[in-house]
Amino acid sequence: MDPKPRLLIVIDIATVILLIIATAMVLFYTPVERVMGLVQKVFYFHVAAGWAGMLGFLVATISGVVYLITSNRKYDIVGLASVEIGMVFALINVITGSIWAKPIWNTWWTWDPRLTTVTIMLFIYAAYFMLRAGIEDPERRARFGAVYTVVGFISVPLTFFSARLFRTIHPIVVGANQPGATGAFDMSPSMLQTFLVSLFTFSFIFISLLWHRVRLGKLEDKVEQLKYKTME
Amino acid sequence: MLLLDQGPAETSAYLIAGYVVIFGGLFLYLLSLIIRTRKLIKEMKRLQDDQI
Repeated sequence: MDPKPRLLIVIDIATVILLIIATAMVLFYTPVERVMGLVQKVFYFHVAAGWAGMLGFLVATISGVVYLITSNRKYDIVGLASVEIGMVFALINVITGSIWAKPIWNTWWTWDPRLTTVTIMLFIYAAYFMLRAGIEDPERRARFGAVYTVVGFISVPLTFFSARLFRTIHPIVVGANQPGATGAFDMSPSMLQTFLVSLFTFSFIFISLLWHRVRLGKLEDKVEQLKYKTME
Repeated sequence: MLLLDQGPAETSAYLIAGYVVIFGGLFLYLLSLIIRTRKLIKEMKRLQDDQI
């Protein structure tokens, strides 16, 4: 395996430091919300995880487009890595949302438009792995995967705007809430600062994980090539 | 108003559960990356040895 680039080491260190700072801000700097109590503090990383998940799906779409134009294998590796990491963050987002919902909505889950669209999005991206697993030819797999990420991305803005377009109980962070939104709150300056730091931190975690996953993808390719050579 | 008079709800267990999911999820994914990388390096060495 190629030695770890210096920039990646810097990003890794910065990510750990940022995560410590963001966690400390969430726990000690932000106030306790006066109705919801401590569970409101899940919000900072819940939204940040959602952002990182959607960022992953966006990067996968861009990689897909670039792959379709250039047929360069490295963009397929980036696409696969982005979807995988996007799924991790999206799952964290959904599970933490459910944990927040239990004391606030008095239920772990409800088929609200936002929760429904995020579930559809998760299934769409889970199917991406099944699609890839079903195709043996690497070039065909990459091409189909690229087209799929481009088409599948429709689910991402649909999920993001669902809470704004439809009647929902899911609170909106930026913009006006629906009259039926439950668990909405006004952000104080310390809450807003922590929220922005959390978004920044999760962007760093995403970049760091993506780079590591791409390196792993390249290693997978090398092993695959060696296997073919050995078979010959 | 009644809710405000009562003070914040006791929801600390949910906060802990939320952060266990966040850090646990990230840790498990990182662990999977490390395990997969080690496995591949082992496999690569084996294949290189076979070629020799």
